[in-house]
Amino acid sequence: MKIHEFQAKELLAKAGVAVPKGIVAKSPEEAKAAFAQLGTPVVVVKSQIHAGGRGKGRFKEESEQPGVVLVKSADDAAAHAKRMLGNTLVTIQTGEEGKKVQTLLVEQGLKIAREIYAACVVDREVAGPVLIVSSEGGMDIEEVAAHHPEKILTEAFDPVYGLEGYQARKLAFALGLEGAALKNAEKFFRQLSKFFLDNDCSMAEINPLVVTEEGDLLALDAKVTFDDNALFRHQNVLAYRDLAEEEPSEIEAQKWGLSYVKLDGNLGCLVNGAGLAMSTMDLIKLHGGEPANFLDVGGGANVDQVTEAFRIILADKNVKGVLVNIFGGIMKCDTIVTALLTAYDKIGIQVPLVVRLEGTNVELARKMLAESGKKITTGFDLTDAAKKAVASIQ
Amino acid sequence: MSILVDKNTKIICQGITGKAGLFHSQQCRAYAKEHRPGEDVFVGGVTPGKGGTTVDDFPVFNTVAEARAKTGANCSLIFVPPPFAADSILEAADAGIELIVCITEGIPVLDMARVKKALAHYPKSRLIGPNCPGVITPGIAKIGIMPGYIHKAGTVGLISKSGTLTYEATWQLGNLGLGQSTAIGIGGDPIIGTPYIDLLELFQNDPGTEAIMMIGEIGGNAEIKAAEYIKAHVTKPVAAFIAGQTAPEGKRMGHAGAIISGGAGTAEEKMAALEAAGVVVARSPGEMGVALQKAIANRKKS
Repeated sequence: MKIHEFQAKELLAKAGVAVPKGIVAKSPEEAKAAFAQLGTPVVVVKSQIHAGGRGKGRFKEESEQPGVVLVKSADDAAAHAKRMLGNTLVTIQTGEEGKKVQTLLVEQGLKIAREIYAACVVDREVAGPVLIVSSEGGMDIEEVAAHHPEKILTEAFDPVYGLEGYQARKLAFALGLEGAALKNAEKFFRQLSKFFLDNDCSMAEINPLVVTEEGDLLALDAKVTFDDNALFRHQNVLAYRDLAEEEPSEIEAQKWGLSYVKLDGNLGCLVNGAGLAMSTMDLIKLHGGEPANFLDVGGGANVDQVTEAFRIILADKNVKGVLVNIFGGIMKCDTIVTALLTAYDKIGIQVPLVVRLEGTNVELARKMLAESGKKITTGFDLTDAAKKAVASIQ
Repeated sequence: MSILVDKNTKIICQGITGKAGLFHSQQCRAYAKEHRPGEDVFVGGVTPGKGGTTVDDFPVFNTVAEARAKTGANCSLIFVPPPFAADSILEAADAGIELIVCITEGIPVLDMARVKKALAHYPKSRLIGPNCPGVITPGIAKIGIMPGYIHKAGTVGLISKSGTLTYEATWQLGNLGLGQSTAIGIGGDPIIGTPYIDLLELFQNDPGTEAIMMIGEIGGNAEIKAAEYIKAHVTKPVAAFIAGQTAPEGKRMGHAGAIISGGAGTAEEKMAALEAAGVVVARSPGEMGVALQKAIANRKKS
């Protein structure tokens, strides 16, 4: 699960990770008041959306307005807020459609001496959490990794106790920090690791992490995501979920226990199992089609779930045909066909439907399909089904 | 011959009184009865607080230690819900269970980080999974949720991150007359108990295995590590398939581990690494069986 920057900073501050003073504004008046309250000569007004690249992003309705802006007066803060709120910000990460800005974060200006990078993630290779730091703050870390791998330092830490003091100091020394900044870095890195563990994050990225002229370390930006599987023990985090930032069809799918990801193609697919679902997408593409979605109905889907799965796939106006690929294991093929035929009648499927079934009770299932009198094409194996499905929409 | 599972494997289920736990325990017991009539293969289960009772003739124990002491079990199949599954894995290891197969999907990744660290203290225990279909040695024992009948005994070692895609591969192999020595689902999560390379080593050393089929996914670099291992140590023919060639970056495709980030863990990279290691890589999921057949034929020629 993703959250907004201002929410991440609230959580970080509670966990003892230093962040700049900031005030949330939902109107130009609030932005104006925030400027006065912060009391620094310069403040930063930042659009809050679930996507990066905001500083370089521009609004659809206000083509000159960037998503993040420095202002020097309260009136300026209000004027920019007016151009941002309610408008659609397009960044490198949002896609052409952009995202609507509903909230701004107004933050104090800082006297920045240096910008560095820090992030906690789970590293599969060490099978545990790591802290990554780099002297190259404010840059895309993947770019740094590609061109200057020597500038990236990684330290694995204990999944219960977090980063130890000596580990934090090792990184701080390697970054060339001294004096107050050295001490503050040790604290910052250790608190960040604790925050990561205590909240079951999948990522806590501070980029840039600024070192001020006074030697303070503060999280200038914060991108925090959480392990969906651990949200059951973090009700406070769950309260931060912003449904407006998510794809409505994906939210609907979740309610029904379906794993669905919307894509840009026109051939819908309904599959059981994540690996087989991914492979089915691959197969469609291999035979010249474009998948409209990833959809895994899971191991024990029932009639209601399959009906819902069809409803979600067909609600996508781009979908011109559907490929159903089921390998019946514990889930019997005839169960799937029963569900399929029910869904067919309930929803009134208008587009070509190609079905490929294999596994438990497949003979019975094929017979049911054939006797249904419905216009359903069957594929005898994976390749055959994919070819027929692609052909059906051309 | 086989790996991990043989005639001495005695199984219990942790979470046997749950719906899925009981159903699959029954299925596994039925498989054993069909193939090895008269032998006790699936010997009971564990549900804390229900010790001393029975469920469909399975004796239920309060702890894994007790179950092991009274039944001689050396393998545990875990169906405990995600919030408690990590604890169950540790209980099994602490009781001296040698093969722990965790089917549970949705365990928090940091729980698995803690489990992984703790398991280092139990070198005799091996964890398969979590979030996997389990392990089967056809004709000997089924420890998991896979449909038993699609697996035929043979000489192909099968290692896979995925469930139904493994069934698909097994099906294709079966149609070509290729049975399995042992088939293992290693699980689709970012942190798993047993990686490809451990199993590649076991298959390489198993006289009953003549060829290896490996099924991977996008995300992480386990397949790249496997490719390096194959190049250095595996002399048996290997074929592979990588799912997610067309998956977009940054989107999670069902499995918690199946996500590409910043160009790392793409199918393209993995396929190239495997091919460089002499593995026959199927471009299409419809050609997994054929790819292995080709790998075997290539080896015979050389």
